[in-house]
Amino acid sequence: MAVASISVSETPLVLYTLRLADDALILGHRLSEWCGHAPILEEDMALANMGLDLLGQARELYSYAAKVEAKGNDEDKLAYLRDVRQYRNLLLLEQPNGDFAQTMARQFFYSAFADLYWRAMMKSGDATLAAVAAKSEKESAYHLRHSSEWMVRLGDGTAESHARAQAAIDHLWAFTGEMFCTDAGERGLVDAGISVDPASLRSQWLRTVADVVGEATLDLPSSGWMQQGGRDGRHSEHLGHLLSELQSMQRTFPGAVW
Amino acid sequence: MYTQALNTSDADDRHIEDAGRAAAFQARIDAEERIEPNDWMPAAYRKTLTRQISQHAHSEIVGMLPEGNWITRAPSLRRKAALLAKVQDECGHGLYLYAAAETLGASREELVDLMLAGKAKYSSIFNYPTLTWADIGVIGWLVDGAAIMNQIPLCRCSYGPYARAMIRVCKEESFHQRQGYEIMLTLARGSEEQKAMAQDALDRWWWPVLMMFGPPDQASQHSDTSTMWKIKRFSNDELRQKFVDATVPQAQYLGLTIPDPGMKQNADGHWEYSAIDWDEFKQVLAGNGPCNRDRLAARRKAHDDGAWVREAAQAYAEKRKHRQVAQAAE
Repeated sequence: MAVASISVSETPLVLYTLRLADDALILGHRLSEWCGHAPILEEDMALANMGLDLLGQARELYSYAAKVEAKGNDEDKLAYLRDVRQYRNLLLLEQPNGDFAQTMARQFFYSAFADLYWRAMMKSGDATLAAVAAKSEKESAYHLRHSSEWMVRLGDGTAESHARAQAAIDHLWAFTGEMFCTDAGERGLVDAGISVDPASLRSQWLRTVADVVGEATLDLPSSGWMQQGGRDGRHSEHLGHLLSELQSMQRTFPGAVW
Repeated sequence: MYTQALNTSDADDRHIEDAGRAAAFQARIDAEERIEPNDWMPAAYRKTLTRQISQHAHSEIVGMLPEGNWITRAPSLRRKAALLAKVQDECGHGLYLYAAAETLGASREELVDLMLAGKAKYSSIFNYPTLTWADIGVIGWLVDGAAIMNQIPLCRCSYGPYARAMIRVCKEESFHQRQGYEIMLTLARGSEEQKAMAQDALDRWWWPVLMMFGPPDQASQHSDTSTMWKIKRFSNDELRQKFVDATVPQAQYLGLTIPDPGMKQNADGHWEYSAIDWDEFKQVLAGNGPCNRDRLAARRKAHDDGAWVREAAQAYAEKRKHRQVAQAAE
């Protein structure tokens, strides 16, 4: 027996908060898939650690979205009872783990952005979002350091690791543009001092990324087409499978409390 | 490397157990002194501990798999975070147990290789599958509960690094056990479907959990010397009985039935359980449990798939060292 998805009243603030929450949950879930299967025990620890940070962010953000929406939803309903078209995470974050280089490149591109973004968001006029940002900024700073170190080790390691790291960058690059996009609803929040315009962070992000990639003796793709759609619920085929696993218990046992 | 600074077993073999040293060693044990890595110790003591600590470490690492099986399907965000944190704790236990084993002169790599080659054991319990969410509750409640029974006495083990590792492990395990029991309590107070799920999990795990304490006392190979060396403080059967006595009232509180119709409480208060199927235990140890092949295959795959990553880290570290040397020479 399946249970119907919930409907969400997506005011600009609710939608915006959900986007951030979905980013954190989906990437956290991907990282949790590594648990028990990482290349070395220390990395099992580190990947789980980053996953836990992101799950923590997701929970705070979902709870806040539910509170703002005030329609009786909660963190679990928002996470477990929305379908693929209602999810608003970045396409980058739903991409499969692939090999360790792909997981680290995904983490690196995102953390380099998240670190800047959360730091800027600490000045948000929304007290809850500013508090989430203050906690998340500390976490993303660590995620950035960890993933940067791995990019350098892999890029400047062996011929094989270099080739894998370069392939990961080339594969994921087209998903990085979406991080800097906004729509009309979000621009309203920017104007109101609640959120920040991610486009304003792009040049600094590119500097950070280029520095690390250069140290790793790797190359950034010069430009190219940027995929978009995650923010509007137009996802890759991968997300549906992730959600069918993530949501299986809530969908199989409607209304049960665990 | 840290272990090279210690008197390894190779060095020991040259002055094989002269009687005076052995007697002095035993006197220290009898006086409840802790043996530390640089102290003289009989080669057999070193070998026994290396085997036991590394098996314990392997158990933590293989034990990540059955519970890891549910991280991506945990039924709420709170449960998901708690389970991921728990499995991460187990990885941490594995890490510091390997570190404790390394103080005896074995490297983590060689110990892991033995496990991957199927030449070193890990706890038989992890060769059973986690089929439903209730299995996560039962593992916390009973598997971690049994582990705590086994490990509390090890906090007073004669070998210092192992004893200290166990103090930390036990603290985290008792947290896991409470978490597992709380999952069971939620199921027991839930829908009929959830109650049935809880009972089914208890039915499947009860006997394998009792086997975790090892063979009955009359059949245990390692007990005598381990007891003399104060590595082991209670017999397998004593610990098993303690566990059963502690668990029966917990099951009653949950409203669950222990799958042993012959179980009865004796006049002295102890719960008497029926005969354990030791053939099943032997089969699981021999590699024929429901998941032995899957568990080893998963660990080997992680190891093999990760080889290029470890090589890259090594290569990069060497390059960096050379660069630093070259810079210093300029």
